[in-house]
Amino acid sequence: MVVELFLDLLSQPCRALFIFAKKNNIPFEFKHVELIKGQHLSEEFGKVNVLKKVPALKDGTFTLAESIAILLYLRRKFNTPDHWYPSDLRKRARVDEYLSWQHTAIREKGCRIFFTKVLMPLAVGQPFSPDKLEEAVKEMNFTLVQFEEKFLQDKPFIVGSEISLADLVAIVELMQHDPNFLGCKRFADRPKLAAWRSRGEEAVGKELFQEAHKQVLNAKSLGSMQLSSELKEHLKQILK
Amino acid sequence: MALELYLDLISPPCRAVYIFAKKNNICFEFKPVELFKDSILGRKIVAASLMEQAILGQQHTEEFAKVNILKKVPVLKDGVFTLAESTAILLYLSRKYNTPDHWYSSDLQKRARVDEYLSWHHNSFRRIAPKTLWIKVLIPLFTGQAAPPEKLQEVIDELAASLVQFEEKFLQDKPFIMGSEISLADLMAVVELMQPVGVGCHIFADRPKLAAWRSRVEEAVGKELFQEAHEQILNIKELSSIEVEPKLKELLAPTLMKMLK
Repeated sequence: MVVELFLDLLSQPCRALFIFAKKNNIPFEFKHVELIKGQHLSEEFGKVNVLKKVPALKDGTFTLAESIAILLYLRRKFNTPDHWYPSDLRKRARVDEYLSWQHTAIREKGCRIFFTKVLMPLAVGQPFSPDKLEEAVKEMNFTLVQFEEKFLQDKPFIVGSEISLADLVAIVELMQHDPNFLGCKRFADRPKLAAWRSRGEEAVGKELFQEAHKQVLNAKSLGSMQLSSELKEHLKQILK
Repeated sequence: MALELYLDLISPPCRAVYIFAKKNNICFEFKPVELFKDSILGRKIVAASLMEQAILGQQHTEEFAKVNILKKVPVLKDGVFTLAESTAILLYLSRKYNTPDHWYSSDLQKRARVDEYLSWHHNSFRRIAPKTLWIKVLIPLFTGQAAPPEKLQEVIDELAASLVQFEEKFLQDKPFIMGSEISLADLMAVVELMQPVGVGCHIFADRPKLAAWRSRVEEAVGKELFQEAHEQILNIKELSSIEVEPKLKELLAPTLMKMLK
C-alpha cells in the first residue's frame, strides 16, 4: 500500500513535501484537501489529522501530522540522498537549527502577511489594514536579514554546498510572497537571496519547482479565491 | 575543551537542555546567563549575541535586542561549533553522547511521533505558556504597571485549548507521548508547562490525566534534578525582585505595553 499525502499546494509546507517526495521518486498518492473549500475541517479529514491541518501523511494505519515530521519520516523510510539531512553531526545540527528557528520566524511572519493581506479580508469581507500589513512586512524583513546573515551567510546553501531540507522548507515559504501571488518583492532587493533561490530551484529541478508553485505563480488565482462559508466562520474565530 | 551550555533556567528550553544533559551525565560547563541583566546593551555579553554582533554589526543590535532578547538561550558551544535552538541542541547531544534510545527512538514511527510533537510545540505551548510569566510578573516588572486581568484570562483560555489538543492528539491514553517511555517530546512539553505553574496558574489542578503525566515525567527525570532545574521559576517572589537593566527596561517597555493591548 502506497503512502498517502494529504496536500494543498497553496500551503507552503505542503509544497515542501510534494517537491521532496517527487524529487526523490517516493511513490505516493496525492490526496487533495482544498483549503479554500474548508475540506480540512471535515470530519473525514479529522480522522487522518485531528489537528485538521495540512499536510498529513497516512502510511497504512499510521497517520502523521506536521510537515517537518513527515519530511524526516520520508527521508528515513526511503533512504534519500545524504545531503537532504546530512549524517555529519554538525551539518545535521545546522539543519535542525534552521528547521526549529523557522517556525516562529519565516513561517510565522510569512503567515501573518498572508492572513493580513488575504485571508482576513476574505473572511470578514473588508479590505486589509495597511498599518497591520506594514507591521507584518517589517517583521518579515527583519527576519530575512537574520536568515541571510545567520543561516545563509556566504554559502551556496544553508548547510554548505548542497541543498538540504532546510533550504527546501525556506524556499517554499518565501515563494508565497512572490510578486505574482502576494505582490511582495521578497527577492527583488535581495540579490543574495535571489541567487540562493535560483540555486534551490535548479537543485530541485525547474519543472518540478514550477509544478509545485503553479498556484502561487498564477496571479489570477488570488483574485478568484472564494472561501466557503464554513471556512469563513472558522477563520473569524481564530483570526484576531 | 569542555562543552559549554549557555543557560538561564528561567527559560523553559534551557531547562530541557539542562535536565537532559544532567540526566545523561553529559559533562558540560554551565555558563549562566541572566536574561534580564545581561543583554547586548549590558556589560556581560551573551555568547550568542557575541556571534550575532559580529555578524550583524552594531547597526542591528538595538533592533536585535528588542526582538531576540528571549531567544538568546540556550546556546551550545562545542569547541568552535556554536549551536542555537533547544531542539537542535537536544538532538545534537543525544547523537554525540549516544544517549538511551527512548529519548529519540530509532524506531521509525516512534521517532516520527517525537518529531511531530517537537514541531507542533513551537506554535502551541512554546508560544502561549511563556505569556503567563510576562503578564503576571515581567510586564509589571518592566513597565511598573499591572497587566489587566482579562489579558491573563485570554492567555489561560488559549493555553487551555492547546492542552486539550495535547491530550487528545499527543498524549491520549499513553503514559508518555511516544508510548511507554519518556522522550525528548515529554521533556520539552513539561518544562514549558511549568512556566504557568511557577506564576500561580495551576493548569494541572483540574486535569488529572495531565497531572499524572507530569508526575511520571518528573519521576523518569528524577525528582531531585527536576526540582533543581525548576527552583527559579517556582520561586516567584525572587523573580519579582530581579533588577532589570534600566536601558533594557527603556528599550522593551514600549513593545511590552503593546503586548498588553
